[in-house]
Amino acid sequence: MTLNVNEIRNDFPILDRETANGRRVIYLDSTATSQKPLQVIEAMNEYYRRSNANIHRGVHTLAEEATAMYEGAREKIAKFINAASSREIIYTRNTTESINLVAYSWARANLKAGDLVILTEMEHHSNLVPWHMLQAERGIELDFIPVTDDGVLDLEAYRTLLARTPKLVSFTHMSNVLGTINPAAEIIGMAHSAGAIVLVDGAQSVPHLTVDVQALDADFYAFSAHKMCGPTGIGVLYGKSVLLDAMPPFLGGGDMIKEVNLRSFRANSLPHKFEAGTPAIAEAVGFGAAVDYLKNIGMERIAAHEHEITEYALDRLEEIPGVKLFGPSADKKGGVAAFTLEGVHPHDVAQILDQDGIAVRAGHHCAQPLHEKFGIPATSRASFYLYSTKEEVDMLVNGIYKVKKMFG
Amino acid sequence: MDDLYREVIIEHYKNPSHRGKLDPHDISFADNNPLCGDHIQIDLRVDASGEVIDARFDGHGCAISQASADLLMESIIGKSLEEVKKLNKQDILDLLGIDLGPVRLKCALLSLKVLKAGVYGLGEASDDLLE
Repeated sequence: MTLNVNEIRNDFPILDRETANGRRVIYLDSTATSQKPLQVIEAMNEYYRRSNANIHRGVHTLAEEATAMYEGAREKIAKFINAASSREIIYTRNTTESINLVAYSWARANLKAGDLVILTEMEHHSNLVPWHMLQAERGIELDFIPVTDDGVLDLEAYRTLLARTPKLVSFTHMSNVLGTINPAAEIIGMAHSAGAIVLVDGAQSVPHLTVDVQALDADFYAFSAHKMCGPTGIGVLYGKSVLLDAMPPFLGGGDMIKEVNLRSFRANSLPHKFEAGTPAIAEAVGFGAAVDYLKNIGMERIAAHEHEITEYALDRLEEIPGVKLFGPSADKKGGVAAFTLEGVHPHDVAQILDQDGIAVRAGHHCAQPLHEKFGIPATSRASFYLYSTKEEVDMLVNGIYKVKKMFG
Repeated sequence: MDDLYREVIIEHYKNPSHRGKLDPHDISFADNNPLCGDHIQIDLRVDASGEVIDARFDGHGCAISQASADLLMESIIGKSLEEVKKLNKQDILDLLGIDLGPVRLKCALLSLKVLKAGVYGLGEASDDLLE
């Protein structure tokens, strides 16, 4: 059954608002952050109106309720990605912090000078810079799975890299620029055969695809709530409990301890070991509501809808003279269309589209090395989600013709 | 809003009068806008009295950044380096004849930052140079 997009759009009050010049907003920037449905907004609102308290040690009614909601959300998230246990779901601030947690805790305990970490040329800065920092500190080595001209990973080159016995392979499940959906299970399987641990950046995949961390056999998997209809300020690091149990704590403070003396502490058990200090409780509640929302609609249906919109958008954009699209064909990618328009800088494209209420992103999308690879400083990027429509794609196309006229 | 793409801006973007490099030059400096990867290099020729006798910019960026660089080069020829040091944000906005939000302001001001860092002989173009 296909999605009833009109019904879905009613859940997102922001999609009804007007922009500065009276045009209704056409939100094509969900890859940066998704909009939030009423179900999520109300859940967070209700939490603050009724149940707000600090979690864990409190014994009063509100603390009990808040704790149950915070931990209940963790259970929902664990089921959503099919983790073996909710102990394996560590709340963080976002995907970036999740990757940093692995870099600070697991990598600093397990990697030494000369050890190889394999990344890819299509990584977001969040999966590059933590490793640059570790390289400077530890002298680890970095190498990169190349991206082919049509925007997919070169798995033959990857096979060659694996012969150098990397300790860690860390890659994005879905590119935030090219939209490429990487063959995660295959990449992970190959890494494991070479004896490497695998971290997956799932910031773009969990919102749009059915992700089963056990079927993938991922060792670590990182994602954020705000790209999947949830609030900003909360993300998750999934890790296999055998790995998480062996890792030293990351941040120290309250809640991550079992016992503290003046001169020593004993770390708490999972998942609390990695959650120092008062966490984002309302955000966890919102995250749980977002997972419920997506689950009720069904990830397969969402993916099918996005595929239909993306295919249509790529076809229509390709027709425009001067437009160059980046990334693979629609069957290999998620709902992202990054493009350049000949003779016009992406900022100018985005700014002129904004005059018609059309929100697209312009720049290097935190993937500067990938843009360098394609020899361009920046792209404009339109991205789609469950609430996107073909009419919005048509508006985008009309808008691009307007840009061409202005610069013609 | 359409003002942002006034004809003068589009014209200076498409047909800049001061794009290029100067060889030899007395001052040359380049920097990026880290937010969008825009890049501007500025070359100056200065005579013995400290007067700018030629100025060129090179690089890539949006219409706002390129047009403001071109207008800025045009405006400083004949000025003394002391006068160049006094240029600020408002001077650029006056040259462009538009108002800009915080994001696009960075595009417009990149050339001024690069110019002043070059004139002061600094290692990088910082926002402090805009006041």
